[in-house]
Order: sequence, then structure tokens, then C-alpha cells
Amino acid sequence: MTPIGTIAERAGTIVDEFALFDDWMGKYEHLIEMGRSLPLIDEAYKTNEYLVRGCQAQVWLKAEAEGDLIRLTADSDALITKGLIAILLCILDRQPADAVVGADFSFLDEIGMKEHLSPTRKNGLDSMIKQIRLYAALLSHSKEVS
Amino acid sequence: MIAESVHMSQETVREETLDNIVEDVRRDFPILTQTINGEPLVYLDNAATSQKPRSVIDRVCSYYEEHHSNVHRGVHSLSQRATEMYEAARETVRGFIGAASTAEIVFTRGTTEALNLVAQSYARPRLGSDSEILVTMMEHHSNIVPWQILSGQTGAKVVVTPIHEDGTLDLDAFEQLLGDKTCIVAVAYISNSLGTINPVEHIIERSHARDIPVVIDGAQAVPHMPVHVGELDCDFFAFSGHKMFGPTGIGVLYGKETLLDAMPPYQGGGDMIESVSFSGTTFNKLPHKFEAGTPNIAGTIGLGAAVDYIQNVGYDFIQKHEARLLTTALSKLSELESIRFIGQAAERASVISFLLGDSHPYDVGSVLDKMGIAVRTGHHCTQPLMDHYQIPGTVRASFAFYNTIEEIDRLCSALRKAASLLQ
Repeated sequence: MTPIGTIAERAGTIVDEFALFDDWMGKYEHLIEMGRSLPLIDEAYKTNEYLVRGCQAQVWLKAEAEGDLIRLTADSDALITKGLIAILLCILDRQPADAVVGADFSFLDEIGMKEHLSPTRKNGLDSMIKQIRLYAALLSHSKEVS
Repeated sequence: MIAESVHMSQETVREETLDNIVEDVRRDFPILTQTINGEPLVYLDNAATSQKPRSVIDRVCSYYEEHHSNVHRGVHSLSQRATEMYEAARETVRGFIGAASTAEIVFTRGTTEALNLVAQSYARPRLGSDSEILVTMMEHHSNIVPWQILSGQTGAKVVVTPIHEDGTLDLDAFEQLLGDKTCIVAVAYISNSLGTINPVEHIIERSHARDIPVVIDGAQAVPHMPVHVGELDCDFFAFSGHKMFGPTGIGVLYGKETLLDAMPPYQGGGDMIESVSFSGTTFNKLPHKFEAGTPNIAGTIGLGAAVDYIQNVGYDFIQKHEARLLTTALSKLSELESIRFIGQAAERASVISFLLGDSHPYDVGSVLDKMGIAVRTGHHCTQPLMDHYQIPGTVRASFAFYNTIEEIDRLCSALRKAASLLQ
């Protein structure tokens, strides 16, 4: 279930949650747990078209418009990757598309997860953020046009 | 330093002394003393690249600090000194792999460039649209893609020798695929993903019986076992400095002199010419014909130091200790409930590929890294092999002679922790 609140509010909640764990093992366990709550992409969309490039694990991501809001669903074949997408989606799913375009992603540093990620994971995370922003920009633009 | 204190290359190493020797050699590798994520580093990614002993680092530093100059052209003293050091390294490498002459030792950027050189300079002029290039299912991309590029240029077909489930070559199939159209056979001595040691002597003998030349990708062999190209009778042999405790960006192509001599240059530039004019250019003699431009002088000299180091440590110790590491690791890893080994050849180097239950190798590798353990995860540049096993990749622990039994225990306990976290 996606929580309510603005991007900043939701990000604040997640930062607080991760602050409860002072070692990497706890953070990883929580991350993997978050991955289990990920709004999963429909199996039919696990295709090349929805594959996020630049991740060592496979990541599929889909965005749709629901009124003014962006709806995001995703999945990955790796648990830690799935947890990272879950963080992003927990904060960005069902937010106004234009708010997602201008979102401040510095909360990822505050969570303290980035320091626990390998460079390839960081690149993968950046690819996911880029893809979400691109979808949001497209949805935001198509709304303006219509 | 092992170079000064222990001289055992020609002696028989007794089992009980192995641990003492390992303790000695570990002191030669400065990087091994550091901690990663608060834990002592356990470096098990040696098949990707090996660490460097102090003697290699020092030789490269002293070259830059005291001897650096360009080679083969200056009349001044420094240039002569640099040239002598550069050519001395070539002689060291020649002796190391048992080549007949330094004319047969071409310095390249690495195995990859060496294989590309063979593909473009040797094979390309000889191949037609009905020719075949015979490789194997377990090749590294660097021994696949150059041949695919060549295939695009000439219309020749890349034919693949299949493997058995245990990761050994299907030699019956090889025999059948080796045909009148086969123009060259390209095969890895040791699989970087599975550790399988291929019977290259047999492959060379069968190929030569049909007058087909053989190129060996020896990148994974030289760090683990003595290689004598003369006895193997291979036509080309490629390997990299960085996998054998030397610097990155330097590698070797060995080629039989008669073959190299008949080949056109691979790249044009300085140093590879005898004379240049707009009406025509004549090329330098072997091996300089294939070394266009200012070479990687420091890397070459560092490679010479790496060869010296290996010879001082001795393959007798390296092989005995690595065999013990492999047996111990396989036995201890087998106790993990959810482990599945990929590749179980009887003849193998100290390379172990595996999966942990349904866990993605990427997840396993990330968790191991948190505990200071460096392994490789993914397809290891052997995607066709991973497709064959229908897996996205593996976790690969690859050992060098500086690894310890205690590090295997650390790996196993970290894997237990990873399994509890991920499954």
C-alpha cells in the first residue's frame, strides 16, 4: 500500500526508518523486506521494452497516468535491487508527475544506503531514477498537451 | 621478501611448509593487509585480475624515477638504458614460456589485443566465405568477438565446440567439427568461468594432423601452471600481465616466427617501420613490426618483474598450494545446503563458480563485499556459456597462491550469513 504524503514527507519517513538500524546487516534486512512490498509490474510487461538499462540485475519498470498522478510498478530478479526500487516507488508512486520530475533525491544519501552500495549498484540506481524522471516528464508533458 | 628469503622453485615443497610460505608471500603484497568495510580483505577475484607484489610495484616506480626514456631510437644514455630494460623483459618472457626466440614475443595491451592481432593479421587474409573458425562454448568474449568481427569481414563461419554438463569439452564433437573448412582453432587453456583445464595438447595434435593452426588463450593458465609453448607446439599463445601479478595494460602474443614473419602489420606508426616515404614504406623486423608507437615500457618492465617473482616463488609451491585450496574450498563449500556448482571438471584450476539457492549472484556478491570478501558476480564475459547453463551468471571465487585456508573458512561463514539474509 503506498503511503500518503508529499515526496519530502514520505522520504522523511523512510530516512527515519533506516536510522533505526546502525549496522549494514540491519539496513540490508530492512531493504530486502521493503522489496517484498514493491508494487509488482504485471508479468506481461517483463519485456525488453520495460527493462531499465544500466543495471547488472534485471529491472523492469512501468509508469502509467492515473488522473494527475503517476503510477509506478516494477520488479527485479535480485532482492537488494528490488529493495532499492521499493524505496523509490514508496516515495514516488502516486505522486503528481510534475512533482516527480522536480523531485529532490538527496534523501537517498540521508538513508545512508548509498555508502553501502557498490559503484555498479549506484549506476543502476541512477539509471532507475533517470527512467522514472523520463516517464514522469512524458506524462507531465502529455497532460499539458491534452 | 620471498625473492630474498625463499628459494624453492626447483625444490620439492613439503606439505607442512606450505602455510609458512603463504605467510611469507602474503607479506610481498601490500594491498592484502587492508580492511574492506571494517573486515580484513579476502581477495578471491584473481581470475579477473591479480594483486601486485612489492617487487613489481618497485620495478615500475624505479623505472619512472631513474630510467624513463623512449626506447629503440635515442642515442642518449637514458634511452639506451630504457631500451635495454625493455628488451631484457622480452628475453625474460621468452624464457618464461619457452619460446625459441625473442622475435616470437610481441608485446600487446593484453590477451584481448593479442587475439585481435591474430584474427586480423594472420587469419583475415587467409579466410574466405566458406572458411570456418573453430572455438568452444566456454570461450571468454575476447576469444569470440574478434572472430565474429572477422566473420563479418570475410563471411567465414564461427563454429562452436559444445561442452558436457560438467564443463569439460566434448572432444568427440570437436573431432567431428574439425573439418576441411576449418582455417583456425581458437581455444582457452583454462576456462575463466569454470576453471576447466582444456586438453590443449590433444587439441593441438588433432588440429595439426589436419594442418590447422591453433591459437591458445592462455590468460588463465600462466598464473597457475608452467607453460612451454615449444613443447605445446601451439601456433599462437596469448596472455595478460595483470592476471599474473604484473601491471595492467601489458600482454603478450607468442607466435611461431615463420607465421609472424609472413603476417602483415596489425597497426601502423612509429617504431614498426624500417623506412617511410610517400612512395612506399618498409616494415621493421620481428617483433617490432607488430609494436607500433611508443610501447607500454613501464608495463613491460613490470611484467618482467612479475615473471621474476613467479619464478622465485616457483610453480611447485603455486600448484601444490592452489590444489590444496581448491580441494579444501570444494569440500567446505559442499557443506552449504543450497550451493550449486557450475562446472565440475576433474582437471581444473583454482576457480569455483556457484549459485546459492535462488539468490541472484549480484545479491550474494554485495553481501560478501560487506564482509570484506571480493568475489566476481555475473556472466564473467562468457555470456554464451551462461546461456548454455540457462543462468544469469554465477558467483565466482578464484584463488591465487597468496590465499589461505582461513580465507576459505571466512568465505563459507559469509555465505552462510548471505543465505540467511537472502533466502
